[in-house]
Amino acid sequence: MDERDLHGLIGRVKDGRLSRRAFVQRMVALGLTAPMAGLMLAGNGVALAADIRAGYKPTKAGGGGALKLLWWQAPTLINPHFAVGTKDQDASRIFYEPLAAWDPDGNLTPVLAASIPSRENGALAADGRSVVWTLKPGVTWHDGKPLTADDLVFTWEYARDPATAAVTTGSYKDCKVEKIDDLSVRVLFDKPTPFWCDAFVGVVGMVLPKHLFGPYSGAKSRDAPQNLAPVGTGPYRFVEFRPGDIVRGERNPNYHLPNRPYFDTIEMKGGGDAVSAARAVLQTGEYDYAWNMLIEDEVLKRLETGGKGRVDVVYGGKLEFLLLNATDPNVEVDGERSSITTKHPAFSDPKVCRAMNLLVDRKSIQTYIYGRTGKATANTVNGPERFVSKNTAFAFDPAKANALLDEAGWAKGSDGIRAKDGKKLKLVFQTSINAPRQKTQAIIKQAAAKAGIETELKSVTGSVFFSSDPANPDTCTHFYADMEMYAYGATQADPAIWLLMYASWEVAQKANKWQGRNVVRWRSDAYDEAYNAAQSELEPVKRAALLIKCNDLAVSENVLPLIHRAEVSAVGASLTAPRSGWDNDLAFLPDWYRDA
Amino acid sequence: MGAYILRRLLIAIPSLLGISLILFVVLALAPGDPFGELAANPNVPPEVRAALRVKFGLDDPIFTRYLSWLTAMLHGDWGFSFASRVNVDTLILQRLPTTLFVVGSSQVLALLIAIPVGLYAARRPYSLADQVANTLAFVGFSLPTFFTGLLFILLFSIKLGWLPFVYQADLPGSGLPWLWANIRQAIMPVAVLGFFQAASYTRYVRASALDVARLDYVTTARAKGLSEGTVTRRHIARNALIPVVTLVALQIPAVFGGAIVTEQIFRIPGIGSLLIDAMLSNDTPVVMAVTFVFAGLVILFNLVADLLYGWLDPRIALR
Repeated sequence: MDERDLHGLIGRVKDGRLSRRAFVQRMVALGLTAPMAGLMLAGNGVALAADIRAGYKPTKAGGGGALKLLWWQAPTLINPHFAVGTKDQDASRIFYEPLAAWDPDGNLTPVLAASIPSRENGALAADGRSVVWTLKPGVTWHDGKPLTADDLVFTWEYARDPATAAVTTGSYKDCKVEKIDDLSVRVLFDKPTPFWCDAFVGVVGMVLPKHLFGPYSGAKSRDAPQNLAPVGTGPYRFVEFRPGDIVRGERNPNYHLPNRPYFDTIEMKGGGDAVSAARAVLQTGEYDYAWNMLIEDEVLKRLETGGKGRVDVVYGGKLEFLLLNATDPNVEVDGERSSITTKHPAFSDPKVCRAMNLLVDRKSIQTYIYGRTGKATANTVNGPERFVSKNTAFAFDPAKANALLDEAGWAKGSDGIRAKDGKKLKLVFQTSINAPRQKTQAIIKQAAAKAGIETELKSVTGSVFFSSDPANPDTCTHFYADMEMYAYGATQADPAIWLLMYASWEVAQKANKWQGRNVVRWRSDAYDEAYNAAQSELEPVKRAALLIKCNDLAVSENVLPLIHRAEVSAVGASLTAPRSGWDNDLAFLPDWYRDA
Repeated sequence: MGAYILRRLLIAIPSLLGISLILFVVLALAPGDPFGELAANPNVPPEVRAALRVKFGLDDPIFTRYLSWLTAMLHGDWGFSFASRVNVDTLILQRLPTTLFVVGSSQVLALLIAIPVGLYAARRPYSLADQVANTLAFVGFSLPTFFTGLLFILLFSIKLGWLPFVYQADLPGSGLPWLWANIRQAIMPVAVLGFFQAASYTRYVRASALDVARLDYVTTARAKGLSEGTVTRRHIARNALIPVVTLVALQIPAVFGGAIVTEQIFRIPGIGSLLIDAMLSNDTPVVMAVTFVFAGLVILFNLVADLLYGWLDPRIALR
């Protein structure tokens, strides 16, 4: 075996025709040690982390019959750049593909790209101002036209145009995309950008065909017939779509990955509720896969005893957290409460925040409420591993909390409730209506009462709480309460956008119609400084250190992370469905198969 | 007659306007907005959400929005769904056949049960058969459809594994197996809705048959020596069904409206589930269009019921 054969083999590992294990075995047969073989792959740009595509067993495409998916929220449109919720993004992912997808460890896996750009292969500029993406040759759209660099340039133009009203605009408006040749483009940034893999990657990155969407850019975007009848490059071709009901597809015989996809047809049925969706997979086996099982683990365990399927858990960036308002929700300034010109009577003191932190029994919340579907955490950034802080810890310690409150000058009154300067420590604690959240509220209320803090629990309907309506005072972004709890999901395997939630310039207030990301209204110069430094730091290790510092600063005061929540699905017993918490549920759909 | 119909139709116009205004204002005052879900996505910059609100006119005053909706409606433009970015009429037309099939067959089933049972019960009031029919009718309309629906699913789908509980509007395939699959999946929803309706229809049929059975011409028929069966079929049933026909006509809007709860439980893609989804995602144009269609149907079928009544019973004059 000479060098050329070796490169050929490595190439086959790269595009998935040869599994990592098979490669390592061959090398071992040639007398190399296994770690050596692994290093060889790593040196050639094949990620060392477990390759998500390597477990694929079928040796030919097709023959798998029908794959039946059940989404309890029905997709309402199939244009990834208009997708309002995950349901629409998932439906789009059956037909459209990005250049690269995020694997479970938060690393990039090439999809339409020939390889992942890196400093080593020269695709990533040293000054962090540009990146070159090269398309895999020979990929065609479902109508037979070839995929070219023009499609990438078009997708960028389409998504960035405000008149298109694409929800992905944020990922495209600050960069420029220019064509180098038929198969490669250069993405240019106007300032050094350490997180260069936003446009064309993952959920926001799905590429649209220029030859079909070209006439429907900008204000005409809503008239495009392809909004309801997609033509993409994905593993399945479009057959039928009924908004709010069902999406059907059939195997794409010209799919660009070898031996894929396995199933002949695919259908995604929508509607109903999570519990009955779980039943259809776990108890009756009518469906192969059900998405987003927002059900208590107790119930899931009971349904699982049917033996028709299992519960599958992957972790992404979804976090359940508690916010302690840094501003005063009871004082009105210029027609807004929780104004940043005010200070919260209790939570402006870091000691009170720390005491509150010690009163949250995360371990019990995890054990009794979330079970397998969440992990107690002290960090706001919980992945990928390289960004997770090791400096933090959580504890449940009412005695210490009491001591801290005494120290802060909040003395217990005759009624057992603490007070300072004649102000009682009575707090309003709000969240959305959702059984696990009400139970969590009760656990926290009980512990707080032991420390002399009286909490009034308030629950708001989800559709109000999460609404962006500037006129409604009960939304989570108005935060007209002392404490509030909800969950939020980072959709990228990079915490930079997530951490904007604590940046001082992002404060949600009347001036920005409460659209700012910083809901807790906590502001810190040290945080802003670390964040801004991370935004221009190109050295990955230094940047990670800065972002970890941001995490540590935020969680030391008004931000109380509670539970790192998993993406939970119900999967039929015979189905192998690799998934990543950092991308759509269907990001690795071509690699799904059924054991015969 | 023609003048009567014309007058009724003219009266309907202000009521429709009033209904649409109330609907619109209530919807506009209700909390939530169609782009709420974007708020939970950190990648979507706030400006995008704001731009979408402006684009779909959500920030205009209520009255301006109502007027633009009304003028569009008068031009035959039903509006445009925020969630699906398609025209509302397309959405509704897509859902209509399924609803008509499921709810229509449940009405047929209800009548097939109610008429014979009601007539039989009325033949010997307070007999054992009557008591049983009455009790079952009470049980039938005291149990809400969401309860019987879940009960059916637990029993027939999960315990016995006989029937699927996820409904599909257009199953792939053809021929007899396809027909059988369609019937199988419709059994549970149709039965749930049919039994519920049958219960109330039975009471009506029984009551009106009892009224008719006391009349002199029935006694005459019996005196002529006609058999009991012929008397019931020919003389009692025909006249007893007049009020029932009116009742069914008034139920037709409900047929179009679908059975919101049942559609949700069995995932039937009908008008009812469209309405629920649209409400949950605050898709105002769809909610407006669907409820407006319902309002129109109620008014129309009230008129039809009145006309039918006059036709069936010539003693009633329409002026």
